[in-house]
Amino acid sequence: MAGPVPGSPVLAARGLVREFRGFRAVDGVDLDVAEGSVHALVGPNGAGKTTLFNLLTGFLKPTAGSVRLGPHELAGRSPEHVARLGLARSFQITSLFAELTPLQHVELALAGRTGLGWRFWRSDKALRRFSGRAAELLEQVGLDGHGATPAGALAYGRKRALELALALALDPKVLLLDEPTAGMGVEDVDRTVRLIQRVRETGGRTLTVVMVEHNMSVVSSLADRVTVLQQGRVLVEGPYAEIRHDPRVVTAYLGDSNAAH
Amino acid sequence: MILSRLAGRPVLLVIGLVAALLLPWFVYPPVALDIACWALFAAAVDLLLGFTGLLSFGHAAFWGSAAYATGLIAVHSGLPFPVAVLGGAAFSAVLAVPIGYLSIRLRGIYFAMVTLAFAQMVYFVANQWRDVTGGENGLQGIPRDFFGVDLSDPFFFYYAGLPFILAGLFVAWRIVRSPFGRVLVSIRDNSARARALGYSIDRYKLLVFVLSAALSGLGGGLFAIGHGFASLDGVYWTTSGQAVMMVVLGGIGTLWGGAIGAALIVELNDRLATAGFQETGIITGAIFIVVVLVFRRGVWGTARTLLER
Ligand SMILES: Nc1ncnc2c1ncn2[C@@H]1O[C@H](COP(=O)(O)OP(=O)(O)O)[C@@H](O)[C@H]1O
Ligand SMILES: [Mg+2]
Repeated sequence: MAGPVPGSPVLAARGLVREFRGFRAVDGVDLDVAEGSVHALVGPNGAGKTTLFNLLTGFLKPTAGSVRLGPHELAGRSPEHVARLGLARSFQITSLFAELTPLQHVELALAGRTGLGWRFWRSDKALRRFSGRAAELLEQVGLDGHGATPAGALAYGRKRALELALALALDPKVLLLDEPTAGMGVEDVDRTVRLIQRVRETGGRTLTVVMVEHNMSVVSSLADRVTVLQQGRVLVEGPYAEIRHDPRVVTAYLGDSNAAH
Repeated sequence: MILSRLAGRPVLLVIGLVAALLLPWFVYPPVALDIACWALFAAAVDLLLGFTGLLSFGHAAFWGSAAYATGLIAVHSGLPFPVAVLGGAAFSAVLAVPIGYLSIRLRGIYFAMVTLAFAQMVYFVANQWRDVTGGENGLQGIPRDFFGVDLSDPFFFYYAGLPFILAGLFVAWRIVRSPFGRVLVSIRDNSARARALGYSIDRYKLLVFVLSAALSGLGGGLFAIGHGFASLDGVYWTTSGQAVMMVVLGGIGTLWGGAIGAALIVELNDRLATAGFQETGIITGAIFIVVVLVFRRGVWGTARTLLER
Protein backbone atom coordinates (compact mmCIF):
# COMPACT_ATOMS: atom_id res chain seq x y z
CA MET A 1 0.00 0.00 0.00
CA ALA A 2 1.36 3.38 -1.02
CA GLY A 3 0.80 6.37 1.25
CA PRO A 4 -1.55 9.14 0.21
CA VAL A 5 -0.46 10.82 -3.01
CA PRO A 6 0.55 14.42 -2.27
CA GLY A 7 -2.06 16.72 -3.68
CA SER A 8 -4.77 14.06 -3.91
CA PRO A 9 -8.06 15.03 -2.29
CA VAL A 10 -8.24 14.02 1.35
CA LEU A 11 -11.63 15.62 1.78
CA ALA A 12 -14.14 15.53 -1.05
CA ALA A 13 -17.76 16.65 -1.22
CA ARG A 14 -20.05 15.76 -4.10
CA GLY A 15 -23.36 17.37 -4.89
CA LEU A 16 -23.94 18.63 -1.35
CA VAL A 17 -27.38 20.15 -0.85
CA ARG A 18 -28.98 21.51 2.29
CA GLU A 19 -32.47 22.92 2.32
CA PHE A 20 -34.08 24.93 5.11
CA ARG A 21 -37.82 24.79 4.50
CA GLY A 22 -37.40 24.83 0.75
CA PHE A 23 -34.59 27.39 0.79
CA ARG A 24 -31.34 25.94 -0.52
CA ALA A 25 -28.57 27.34 1.67
CA VAL A 26 -26.11 24.94 0.03
CA ASP A 27 -27.09 24.00 -3.49
CA GLY A 28 -25.05 21.27 -5.16
CA VAL A 29 -21.53 21.97 -3.94
CA ASP A 30 -18.53 19.91 -5.07
CA LEU A 31 -15.35 20.45 -3.13
CA ASP A 32 -11.94 18.78 -3.35
CA VAL A 33 -9.42 19.58 -0.67
CA ALA A 34 -5.91 18.45 -1.53
CA GLU A 35 -3.80 16.68 1.06
CA GLY A 36 -1.49 19.13 2.78
CA SER A 37 -3.06 22.25 1.30
CA VAL A 38 -4.79 25.28 2.74
CA HIS A 39 -8.13 25.70 1.06
CA ALA A 40 -10.04 28.93 1.59
CA LEU A 41 -13.80 29.28 1.31
CA VAL A 42 -14.88 32.80 0.58
CA GLY A 43 -18.10 34.43 -0.38
CA PRO A 44 -20.52 37.09 0.77
CA ASN A 45 -22.45 36.83 3.99
CA GLY A 46 -25.17 34.22 3.70
CA ALA A 47 -23.41 32.38 0.86
CA GLY A 48 -23.63 29.12 2.80
CA LYS A 49 -20.09 28.77 4.10
CA THR A 50 -20.99 27.94 7.69
CA THR A 51 -23.76 25.65 6.50
CA LEU A 52 -21.22 23.86 4.33
CA PHE A 53 -18.95 23.46 7.37
CA ASN A 54 -21.85 22.06 9.34
CA LEU A 55 -22.56 19.58 6.55
CA LEU A 56 -18.93 18.47 6.41
CA THR A 57 -18.71 18.00 10.18
CA GLY A 58 -22.03 16.24 10.78
CA PHE A 59 -23.73 19.13 12.60
CA LEU A 60 -26.26 19.19 9.77
CA LYS A 61 -27.47 16.27 7.68
CA PRO A 62 -27.27 16.95 3.94
CA THR A 63 -30.52 16.92 2.00
CA ALA A 64 -28.46 15.27 -0.74
CA GLY A 65 -24.85 14.56 -1.57
CA SER A 66 -21.84 12.87 -0.05
CA VAL A 67 -18.71 13.77 1.88
CA ARG A 68 -15.63 11.58 1.95
CA LEU A 69 -12.68 11.86 4.28
CA GLY A 70 -10.04 9.49 2.94
CA PRO A 71 -11.82 6.13 2.85
CA HIS A 72 -14.70 7.18 5.12
CA GLU A 73 -18.12 8.37 4.05
CA LEU A 74 -19.10 11.15 6.45
CA ALA A 75 -22.57 12.18 5.32
CA GLY A 76 -25.15 11.10 7.86
CA ARG A 77 -22.64 10.53 10.65
CA SER A 78 -22.84 12.31 13.99
CA PRO A 79 -20.49 15.24 14.76
CA GLU A 80 -18.68 13.20 17.40
CA HIS A 81 -18.09 10.38 14.92
CA VAL A 82 -16.78 12.80 12.29
CA ALA A 83 -14.46 14.34 14.89
CA ARG A 84 -13.11 10.93 15.83
CA LEU A 85 -12.49 10.12 12.15
CA GLY A 86 -10.15 13.08 11.99
CA LEU A 87 -12.09 16.14 10.90
CA ALA A 88 -11.71 18.81 13.57
CA ARG A 89 -13.36 22.21 13.51
CA SER A 90 -13.42 25.56 15.18
CA PHE A 91 -16.58 27.61 15.40
CA GLN A 92 -17.31 30.98 13.87
CA ILE A 93 -18.52 32.26 17.21
CA THR A 94 -16.05 31.46 19.94
CA SER A 95 -17.32 28.34 21.56
CA LEU A 96 -15.80 27.30 24.85
CA PHE A 97 -16.76 25.89 28.25
CA ALA A 98 -17.24 28.89 30.49
CA GLU A 99 -16.22 27.28 33.77
CA LEU A 100 -13.19 25.33 32.62
CA THR A 101 -9.63 26.60 32.34
CA PRO A 102 -7.69 26.35 29.06
CA LEU A 103 -5.70 23.48 30.50
CA GLN A 104 -8.90 21.63 31.38
CA HIS A 105 -10.26 22.32 27.91
CA VAL A 106 -7.30 20.74 26.21
CA GLU A 107 -7.17 17.84 28.67
CA LEU A 108 -10.77 17.11 27.83
CA ALA A 109 -10.02 17.22 24.11
CA LEU A 110 -7.09 14.84 24.57
CA ALA A 111 -9.10 12.48 26.77
CA GLY A 112 -11.79 12.13 24.12
CA ARG A 113 -9.99 9.31 22.35
CA THR A 114 -9.23 7.29 25.47
CA GLY A 115 -12.58 6.45 27.05
CA LEU A 116 -11.42 8.03 30.31
CA GLY A 117 -14.50 10.25 30.12
CA TRP A 118 -16.67 7.28 31.09
CA ARG A 119 -14.91 6.64 34.38
CA PHE A 120 -17.42 8.14 36.77
CA TRP A 121 -15.87 6.23 39.67
CA ARG A 122 -12.42 7.79 39.27
CA SER A 123 -11.05 11.07 40.54
CA ASP A 124 -10.86 13.83 37.96
CA LYS A 125 -7.19 14.00 38.87
CA ALA A 126 -6.85 11.14 36.39
CA LEU A 127 -7.16 13.77 33.65
CA ARG A 128 -3.83 15.20 34.73
CA ARG A 129 -2.10 12.49 32.78
CA PHE A 130 -2.83 14.71 29.77
CA SER A 131 -1.62 17.92 31.31
CA GLY A 132 1.89 17.62 29.89
CA ARG A 133 0.66 17.34 26.32
CA ALA A 134 -2.01 19.95 27.01
CA ALA A 135 0.60 22.41 28.21
CA GLU A 136 2.60 21.77 25.03
CA LEU A 137 -0.40 22.53 22.87
CA LEU A 138 -1.17 25.68 24.82
CA GLU A 139 2.41 26.77 24.35
CA GLN A 140 2.16 26.06 20.64
CA VAL A 141 -0.74 28.51 20.29
CA GLY A 142 0.90 31.05 22.60
CA LEU A 143 -1.29 30.45 25.62
CA ASP A 144 1.45 29.33 27.98
CA GLY A 145 0.97 31.16 31.23
CA HIS A 146 -2.80 31.28 30.76
CA GLY A 147 -3.50 27.63 31.46
CA ALA A 148 -5.25 28.28 34.76
CA THR A 149 -7.39 31.33 33.91
CA PRO A 150 -11.08 30.49 33.50
CA ALA A 151 -11.76 30.51 29.77
CA GLY A 152 -14.54 33.05 30.20
CA ALA A 153 -12.02 35.60 31.46
CA LEU A 154 -9.62 35.31 28.51
CA ALA A 155 -9.21 38.12 26.00
CA TYR A 156 -10.89 37.55 22.64
CA GLY A 157 -7.74 36.75 20.69
CA ARG A 158 -6.73 34.22 23.32
CA LYS A 159 -10.09 32.53 23.15
CA ARG A 160 -9.60 32.08 19.43
CA ALA A 161 -6.14 30.65 20.11
CA LEU A 162 -7.69 28.20 22.56
CA GLU A 163 -10.18 27.17 19.89
CA LEU A 164 -7.24 26.32 17.68
CA ALA A 165 -5.49 24.37 20.45
CA LEU A 166 -8.66 22.34 21.01
CA ALA A 167 -8.91 21.42 17.36
CA LEU A 168 -5.21 20.53 17.25
CA ALA A 169 -5.57 18.37 20.34
CA LEU A 170 -7.74 16.03 18.30
CA ASP A 171 -4.73 15.34 16.06
CA PRO A 172 -6.92 15.80 13.00
CA LYS A 173 -6.36 14.82 9.39
CA VAL A 174 -8.14 17.96 8.28
CA LEU A 175 -8.71 21.14 10.26
CA LEU A 176 -11.75 23.31 9.51
CA LEU A 177 -11.53 26.89 10.72
CA ASP A 178 -14.62 29.07 10.49
CA GLU A 179 -13.47 32.69 10.28
CA PRO A 180 -10.42 32.34 12.54
CA THR A 181 -9.63 36.05 12.30
CA ALA A 182 -13.18 37.43 12.56
CA GLY A 183 -13.42 40.43 14.84
CA MET A 184 -9.67 40.78 15.28
CA GLY A 185 -7.50 43.85 15.00
CA VAL A 186 -4.62 43.93 12.51
CA GLU A 187 -2.04 42.74 15.03
CA ASP A 188 -4.09 39.76 16.14
CA VAL A 189 -4.81 38.90 12.50
CA ASP A 190 -1.09 38.81 11.70
CA ARG A 191 -0.37 36.76 14.77
CA THR A 192 -3.14 34.30 13.85
CA VAL A 193 -1.79 33.92 10.32
CA ARG A 194 1.64 33.12 11.65
CA LEU A 195 0.12 30.78 14.19
CA ILE A 196 -1.76 28.82 11.55
CA GLN A 197 1.36 28.59 9.42
CA ARG A 198 3.35 27.37 12.39
CA VAL A 199 0.93 24.77 13.73
CA ARG A 200 0.42 23.26 10.28
CA GLU A 201 4.03 22.18 10.11
CA THR A 202 4.32 20.26 13.36
CA GLY A 203 4.64 16.54 13.85
CA GLY A 204 6.59 15.94 10.65
CA ARG A 205 3.69 16.47 8.28
CA THR A 206 1.68 19.27 6.84
CA LEU A 207 -1.82 19.59 8.20
CA THR A 208 -4.61 20.12 5.69
CA VAL A 209 -6.69 23.20 6.50
CA VAL A 210 -10.03 24.42 5.18
CA MET A 211 -10.87 27.93 6.28
CA VAL A 212 -13.66 30.38 5.86
CA GLU A 213 -12.04 33.76 5.62
CA HIS A 214 -13.17 37.23 4.66
CA ASN A 215 -9.86 38.96 4.96
CA MET A 216 -8.25 38.78 1.49
CA SER A 217 -4.75 39.42 2.74
CA VAL A 218 -5.12 36.39 5.02
CA VAL A 219 -6.38 34.34 2.10
CA SER A 220 -3.52 35.44 -0.11
CA SER A 221 -0.86 34.66 2.46
CA LEU A 222 -2.23 31.28 3.52
CA ALA A 223 -4.40 29.70 0.85
CA ASP A 224 -3.22 27.38 -1.90
CA ARG A 225 -6.68 27.21 -3.42
CA VAL A 226 -9.81 29.26 -3.07
CA THR A 227 -13.42 28.30 -3.59
CA VAL A 228 -15.84 31.18 -3.98
CA LEU A 229 -19.38 30.47 -2.89
CA GLN A 230 -22.38 32.52 -3.81
CA GLN A 231 -25.98 31.74 -2.94
CA GLY A 232 -25.07 28.20 -2.02
CA ARG A 233 -23.19 27.41 -5.22
CA VAL A 234 -19.57 27.35 -6.26
CA LEU A 235 -18.97 30.44 -8.35
CA VAL A 236 -15.31 29.78 -9.16
CA GLU A 237 -12.48 27.71 -7.84
CA GLY A 238 -8.76 28.03 -8.33
CA PRO A 239 -5.50 29.45 -6.98
CA TYR A 240 -5.88 32.84 -5.33
CA ALA A 241 -3.84 34.56 -8.06
CA GLU A 242 -6.37 33.36 -10.64
CA ILE A 243 -9.65 33.92 -8.90
CA ARG A 244 -8.84 37.41 -7.66
CA HIS A 245 -8.96 38.69 -11.22
CA ASP A 246 -12.03 36.74 -12.24
CA PRO A 247 -14.65 39.33 -13.18
CA ARG A 248 -17.49 37.31 -11.65
CA VAL A 249 -15.70 37.18 -8.34
CA VAL A 250 -14.89 40.85 -8.41
CA THR A 251 -18.52 41.78 -8.86
CA ALA A 252 -19.92 39.12 -6.55
CA TYR A 253 -17.58 39.46 -3.70
CA LEU A 254 -14.21 41.10 -3.87
CA GLY A 255 -15.82 44.36 -4.87
CA ASP A 256 -17.12 44.78 -1.34
CA SER A 257 -14.59 42.57 0.41
CA ASN A 258 -13.43 45.27 2.75
CA ALA A 259 -16.93 45.78 4.02
CA ALA A 260 -17.85 42.12 4.24
CA HIS A 261 -18.27 40.31 7.54
CA MET B 1 -9.00 34.66 55.33
CA ILE B 2 -10.44 32.68 58.22
CA LEU B 3 -13.74 32.43 56.45
CA SER B 4 -12.14 31.28 53.25
CA ARG B 5 -10.23 28.61 55.16
CA LEU B 6 -13.46 27.53 56.74
CA ALA B 7 -14.78 27.08 53.25
CA GLY B 8 -12.14 24.42 52.71
CA ARG B 9 -13.70 21.06 52.20
CA PRO B 10 -12.47 19.00 55.18
CA VAL B 11 -14.05 21.40 57.65
CA LEU B 12 -17.37 21.47 55.85
CA LEU B 13 -17.27 17.72 55.45
CA VAL B 14 -16.88 17.30 59.21
CA ILE B 15 -19.68 19.80 59.90
CA GLY B 16 -21.93 17.98 57.46
CA LEU B 17 -21.20 14.59 58.95
CA VAL B 18 -21.75 15.85 62.50
CA ALA B 19 -25.04 17.42 61.43
CA ALA B 20 -26.12 14.16 59.82
CA LEU B 21 -25.20 12.19 62.95
CA LEU B 22 -26.93 14.57 65.36
CA LEU B 23 -30.03 15.21 63.27
CA PRO B 24 -32.44 12.83 65.07
CA TRP B 25 -31.57 14.49 68.38
CA PHE B 26 -32.89 17.79 67.13
CA VAL B 27 -35.74 16.84 64.88
CA TYR B 28 -38.37 14.16 65.25
CA PRO B 29 -36.49 10.98 64.16
CA PRO B 30 -38.91 9.92 61.39
CA VAL B 31 -38.59 13.43 59.98
CA ALA B 32 -34.81 13.16 60.23
CA LEU B 33 -34.91 10.08 58.01
CA ASP B 34 -37.21 11.85 55.56
CA ILE B 35 -34.72 14.72 55.36
CA ALA B 36 -31.86 12.31 54.68
CA CYS B 37 -33.78 10.49 51.94
CA TRP B 38 -34.88 13.71 50.27
CA ALA B 39 -31.34 15.09 50.52
CA LEU B 40 -30.09 12.18 48.45
CA PHE B 41 -32.99 12.58 46.03
CA ALA B 42 -32.18 16.27 45.61
CA ALA B 43 -28.50 15.52 45.01
CA ALA B 44 -29.53 13.01 42.34
CA VAL B 45 -31.73 15.61 40.64
CA ASP B 46 -28.89 18.14 40.87
CA LEU B 47 -26.59 15.74 39.01
CA LEU B 48 -28.85 16.32 36.03
CA LEU B 49 -29.96 19.88 36.61
CA GLY B 50 -26.79 21.44 37.97
CA PHE B 51 -24.07 19.38 36.34
CA THR B 52 -25.54 18.30 33.02
CA GLY B 53 -28.05 21.06 32.39
CA LEU B 54 -31.08 18.73 32.22
CA LEU B 55 -34.23 19.66 34.14
CA SER B 56 -36.04 16.40 34.84
CA PHE B 57 -39.58 16.90 35.93
CA GLY B 58 -40.25 13.20 36.18
CA HIS B 59 -37.95 11.87 38.86
CA ALA B 60 -40.93 10.82 40.94
CA ALA B 61 -41.02 7.86 38.57
CA PHE B 62 -37.72 6.66 40.02
CA TRP B 63 -38.22 7.64 43.64
CA GLY B 64 -41.74 6.25 43.75
CA SER B 65 -41.30 3.06 41.78
CA ALA B 66 -38.21 2.21 43.82
CA ALA B 67 -40.41 2.61 46.88
CA TYR B 68 -42.83 0.03 45.47
CA ALA B 69 -40.06 -2.28 44.31
CA THR B 70 -38.29 -2.08 47.68
CA GLY B 71 -41.56 -2.67 49.50
CA LEU B 72 -42.48 -5.64 47.32
CA ILE B 73 -39.08 -7.24 47.81
CA ALA B 74 -39.27 -6.73 51.57
CA VAL B 75 -42.86 -7.98 51.82
CA HIS B 76 -42.54 -11.03 49.60
CA SER B 77 -38.97 -12.19 50.13
CA GLY B 78 -38.41 -11.44 53.78
CA LEU B 79 -34.85 -10.42 52.93
CA PRO B 80 -33.03 -7.86 55.10
CA PHE B 81 -33.99 -4.29 54.30
CA PRO B 82 -30.63 -3.32 52.70
CA VAL B 83 -31.21 -5.93 50.00
CA ALA B 84 -34.69 -4.57 49.36
CA VAL B 85 -33.41 -0.99 49.18
CA LEU B 86 -30.63 -1.87 46.76
CA GLY B 87 -33.12 -3.89 44.72
CA GLY B 88 -35.36 -0.84 44.52
CA ALA B 89 -32.46 1.32 43.34
CA ALA B 90 -31.61 -1.27 40.70
CA PHE B 91 -35.23 -1.30 39.56
CA SER B 92 -35.13 2.47 39.07
CA ALA B 93 -31.89 2.23 37.14
CA VAL B 94 -33.45 -0.29 34.76
CA LEU B 95 -36.60 1.80 34.38
CA ALA B 96 -34.42 4.82 33.58
CA VAL B 97 -32.88 3.16 30.54
CA PRO B 98 -35.94 3.34 28.24
CA ILE B 99 -37.22 6.60 29.75
CA GLY B 100 -33.80 8.20 29.44
CA TYR B 101 -33.23 6.82 25.97
CA LEU B 102 -36.44 8.37 24.72
CA SER B 103 -36.05 11.73 26.45
CA ILE B 104 -32.38 12.79 26.60
CA ARG B 105 -32.32 13.84 22.96
CA LEU B 106 -34.73 16.63 23.82
CA ARG B 107 -33.64 19.89 25.32
CA GLY B 108 -34.86 22.38 27.86
CA ILE B 109 -38.56 22.49 28.44
CA TYR B 110 -39.20 19.59 26.06
CA PHE B 111 -37.02 17.32 28.13
CA ALA B 112 -38.87 18.44 31.27
CA MET B 113 -42.24 17.79 29.63
CA VAL B 114 -41.37 14.35 28.30
CA THR B 115 -39.91 13.19 31.61
CA LEU B 116 -43.09 14.49 33.28
CA ALA B 117 -45.18 12.53 30.80
CA PHE B 118 -43.30 9.31 31.51
CA ALA B 119 -43.68 9.85 35.24
CA GLN B 120 -47.43 10.30 34.77
CA MET B 121 -47.50 6.99 32.90
CA VAL B 122 -45.75 5.34 35.84
CA TYR B 123 -48.32 6.94 38.14
CA PHE B 124 -51.13 5.63 35.97
CA VAL B 125 -49.75 2.10 36.03
CA ALA B 126 -49.22 2.24 39.80
CA ASN B 127 -52.78 3.46 40.28
CA GLN B 128 -54.31 0.79 38.05
CA TRP B 129 -52.25 -2.15 39.14
CA ARG B 130 -53.94 -2.44 42.52
CA ASP B 131 -53.13 -6.10 43.12
CA VAL B 132 -49.47 -5.23 43.29
CA THR B 133 -49.29 -1.64 44.50
CA GLY B 134 -52.42 -1.43 46.59
CA GLY B 135 -53.69 1.44 44.45
CA GLU B 136 -54.89 4.37 46.52
CA ASN B 137 -54.33 2.50 49.76
CA GLY B 138 -50.67 2.10 49.00
CA LEU B 139 -48.48 -0.88 49.68
CA GLN B 140 -48.89 -1.47 53.39
CA GLY B 141 -46.93 -3.34 56.01
CA ILE B 142 -43.43 -3.16 54.59
CA PRO B 143 -41.15 -4.86 57.14
CA ARG B 144 -37.70 -3.66 58.09
CA ASP B 145 -35.88 -6.89 58.76
CA PHE B 146 -32.24 -6.83 59.58
CA PHE B 147 -31.12 -10.25 60.81
CA GLY B 148 -33.52 -10.09 63.71
CA VAL B 149 -32.22 -6.74 65.00
CA ASP B 150 -35.11 -4.67 66.31
CA LEU B 151 -35.17 -1.49 64.22
CA SER B 152 -38.76 -0.53 64.96
CA ASP B 153 -37.65 2.59 66.84
CA PRO B 154 -37.29 5.36 64.21
CA PHE B 155 -34.38 6.77 66.16
CA PHE B 156 -32.35 3.63 65.62
CA PHE B 157 -33.60 3.08 62.13
CA TYR B 158 -32.24 6.49 61.19
CA TYR B 159 -28.74 5.23 61.97
CA ALA B 160 -29.40 1.99 60.11
CA GLY B 161 -30.43 3.93 57.01
CA LEU B 162 -27.90 6.76 57.18
CA PRO B 163 -24.98 4.74 55.70
CA PHE B 164 -27.01 4.25 52.51
CA ILE B 165 -27.67 7.95 52.22
CA LEU B 166 -24.05 8.84 52.89
CA ALA B 167 -22.87 6.24 50.41
CA GLY B 168 -25.30 7.63 47.83
CA LEU B 169 -24.11 11.18 48.46
CA PHE B 170 -20.53 10.01 48.15
CA VAL B 171 -21.31 8.42 44.79
CA ALA B 172 -22.93 11.64 43.59
CA TRP B 173 -19.89 13.62 44.72
CA ARG B 174 -17.54 11.13 43.07
CA ILE B 175 -19.46 11.43 39.80
CA VAL B 176 -19.25 15.21 39.86
CA ARG B 177 -15.51 15.13 40.56
CA SER B 178 -14.62 12.48 38.00
CA PRO B 179 -13.49 12.61 34.36
CA PHE B 180 -17.09 11.73 33.56
CA GLY B 181 -18.25 14.72 35.60
CA ARG B 182 -15.90 16.95 33.61
CA VAL B 183 -17.51 15.74 30.40
CA LEU B 184 -20.96 16.41 31.88
CA VAL B 185 -20.03 19.99 32.69
CA SER B 186 -18.76 20.46 29.15
CA ILE B 187 -22.06 19.13 27.80
CA ARG B 188 -23.92 21.52 30.08
CA ASP B 189 -21.84 24.53 29.06
CA ASN B 190 -21.59 23.86 25.34
CA SER B 191 -22.90 20.61 23.95
CA ALA B 192 -21.98 21.37 20.32
CA ARG B 193 -18.40 21.91 21.34
CA ALA B 194 -18.38 18.71 23.39
CA ARG B 195 -19.54 16.82 20.30
CA ALA B 196 -16.89 18.49 18.15
CA LEU B 197 -14.34 17.09 20.62
CA GLY B 198 -15.64 13.61 19.86
CA TYR B 199 -17.91 13.02 22.87
CA SER B 200 -21.13 11.11 22.21
CA ILE B 201 -23.17 13.41 24.35
CA ASP B 202 -26.38 11.38 24.15
CA ARG B 203 -24.68 8.36 25.67
CA TYR B 204 -23.14 10.45 28.40
CA LYS B 205 -26.52 11.96 29.18
CA LEU B 206 -28.11 8.53 29.26
CA LEU B 207 -25.54 7.22 31.70
CA VAL B 208 -25.91 10.15 34.08
CA PHE B 209 -29.69 9.84 33.80
CA VAL B 210 -29.51 6.20 34.86
CA LEU B 211 -27.08 6.96 37.69
CA SER B 212 -29.32 9.77 38.87
CA ALA B 213 -32.36 7.47 38.77
CA ALA B 214 -30.52 4.81 40.79
CA LEU B 215 -29.60 7.32 43.50
CA SER B 216 -33.16 8.65 43.54
CA GLY B 217 -34.36 5.08 43.90
CA LEU B 218 -31.99 4.50 46.80
CA GLY B 219 -33.59 7.43 48.59
CA GLY B 220 -37.13 6.40 47.67
CA GLY B 221 -36.60 2.80 48.74
CA LEU B 222 -35.22 3.77 52.11
CA PHE B 223 -38.09 6.23 52.50
CA ALA B 224 -40.56 3.38 51.95
CA ILE B 225 -38.83 1.16 54.50
CA GLY B 226 -38.75 4.03 56.97
CA HIS B 227 -42.49 4.65 56.63
CA GLY B 228 -43.45 1.01 56.34
CA PHE B 229 -45.49 1.72 53.24
CA ALA B 230 -45.21 2.95 49.68
CA SER B 231 -47.89 5.27 48.37
CA LEU B 232 -49.10 6.83 45.15
CA ASP B 233 -47.75 10.16 46.43
CA GLY B 234 -44.28 8.87 45.67
CA VAL B 235 -44.92 8.61 41.95
CA TYR B 236 -47.09 11.73 41.74
CA TRP B 237 -45.72 14.74 39.86
CA THR B 238 -45.63 16.91 42.99
CA THR B 239 -42.83 14.65 44.24
CA SER B 240 -40.76 15.51 41.17
CA GLY B 241 -41.57 19.16 41.69
CA GLN B 242 -40.60 19.09 45.33
CA ALA B 243 -37.18 17.58 44.53
CA VAL B 244 -36.52 20.28 41.93
CA MET B 245 -37.66 22.90 44.44
CA MET B 246 -35.19 21.61 47.04
CA VAL B 247 -32.35 21.84 44.53
CA VAL B 248 -33.27 25.37 43.52
CA LEU B 249 -33.68 26.43 47.17
CA GLY B 250 -30.31 24.98 48.15
CA GLY B 251 -28.53 26.08 45.00
CA ILE B 252 -28.37 24.48 41.58
CA GLY B 253 -25.04 22.83 40.83
CA THR B 254 -23.88 22.78 44.45
CA LEU B 255 -24.77 19.14 45.21
CA TRP B 256 -24.90 19.78 49.00
CA GLY B 257 -27.36 22.63 48.62
CA GLY B 258 -30.09 20.10 47.95
CA ALA B 259 -29.60 18.72 51.46
CA ILE B 260 -30.30 22.16 52.90
CA GLY B 261 -33.32 22.54 50.66
CA ALA B 262 -34.51 19.12 51.80
CA ALA B 263 -34.08 19.97 55.47
CA LEU B 264 -35.96 23.25 55.06
CA ILE B 265 -38.89 21.87 53.14
CA VAL B 266 -39.35 18.58 55.00
CA GLU B 267 -39.09 20.23 58.40
CA LEU B 268 -41.41 23.04 57.38
CA ASN B 269 -43.98 20.65 55.94
CA ASP B 270 -43.87 18.65 59.16
CA ARG B 271 -44.36 21.69 61.41
CA LEU B 272 -47.21 22.98 59.30
CA ALA B 273 -48.85 19.56 59.28
CA THR B 274 -48.57 19.13 63.06
CA ALA B 275 -50.02 22.61 63.47
CA GLY B 276 -53.04 21.31 61.59
CA PHE B 277 -52.33 23.38 58.50
CA GLN B 278 -53.73 21.76 55.38
CA GLU B 279 -52.44 23.81 52.47
CA THR B 280 -48.71 23.54 53.14
CA GLY B 281 -48.01 24.08 49.46
CA ILE B 282 -48.96 27.74 49.62
CA ILE B 283 -46.49 28.41 52.44
CA THR B 284 -43.59 26.44 50.96
CA GLY B 285 -44.36 28.00 47.60
CA ALA B 286 -44.21 31.50 49.04
CA ILE B 287 -40.97 30.79 50.87
CA PHE B 288 -39.58 29.30 47.70
CA ILE B 289 -40.34 32.47 45.76
CA VAL B 290 -38.78 34.67 48.43
CA VAL B 291 -35.61 32.60 48.68
CA VAL B 292 -35.21 32.45 44.92
CA LEU B 293 -35.64 36.21 44.67
CA VAL B 294 -33.33 37.05 47.57
CA PHE B 295 -30.68 34.37 47.11
CA ARG B 296 -30.32 33.99 43.39
CA ARG B 297 -27.95 31.06 43.76
CA GLY B 298 -29.91 29.35 46.47
CA VAL B 299 -29.02 29.16 50.14
CA TRP B 300 -25.85 27.14 49.73
CA GLY B 301 -24.75 28.82 46.54
CA THR B 302 -25.04 32.23 48.20
CA ALA B 303 -23.29 31.09 51.37
CA ARG B 304 -20.47 29.62 49.33
CA THR B 305 -20.00 32.82 47.39
CA LEU B 306 -19.83 34.77 50.66
CA LEU B 307 -17.36 32.33 52.21
CA GLU B 308 -15.11 32.42 49.18
CA ARG B 309 -14.75 36.18 49.28
N1 LIG C 1 -30.60 26.63 10.76
C1 LIG C 1 -31.00 27.41 9.73
N2 LIG C 1 -32.31 27.55 9.46
C2 LIG C 1 -32.72 28.32 8.43
N3 LIG C 1 -31.89 29.00 7.62
C3 LIG C 1 -30.57 28.90 7.84
C4 LIG C 1 -30.05 28.11 8.91
N4 LIG C 1 -28.69 28.20 8.88
C5 LIG C 1 -28.39 29.00 7.87
N5 LIG C 1 -29.49 29.43 7.24
C6 LIG C 1 -29.53 30.30 6.07
O1 LIG C 1 -28.67 29.77 5.10
C7 LIG C 1 -27.96 30.80 4.46
C8 LIG C 1 -26.48 30.56 4.57
O2 LIG C 1 -26.06 30.82 5.90
P1 LIG C 1 -24.57 30.58 6.38
O3 LIG C 1 -24.15 29.22 5.98
O4 LIG C 1 -24.51 30.90 7.82
O5 LIG C 1 -23.79 31.65 5.56
P2 LIG C 1 -22.31 32.18 5.67
O6 LIG C 1 -21.59 31.40 6.72
O7 LIG C 1 -21.73 32.01 4.32
O8 LIG C 1 -22.40 33.63 6.03
C9 LIG C 1 -28.40 32.11 5.07
O9 LIG C 1 -29.39 32.68 4.24
C10 LIG C 1 -28.99 31.68 6.39
O10 LIG C 1 -30.03 32.55 6.77
MG1 LIG D 1 -20.67 31.98 8.56
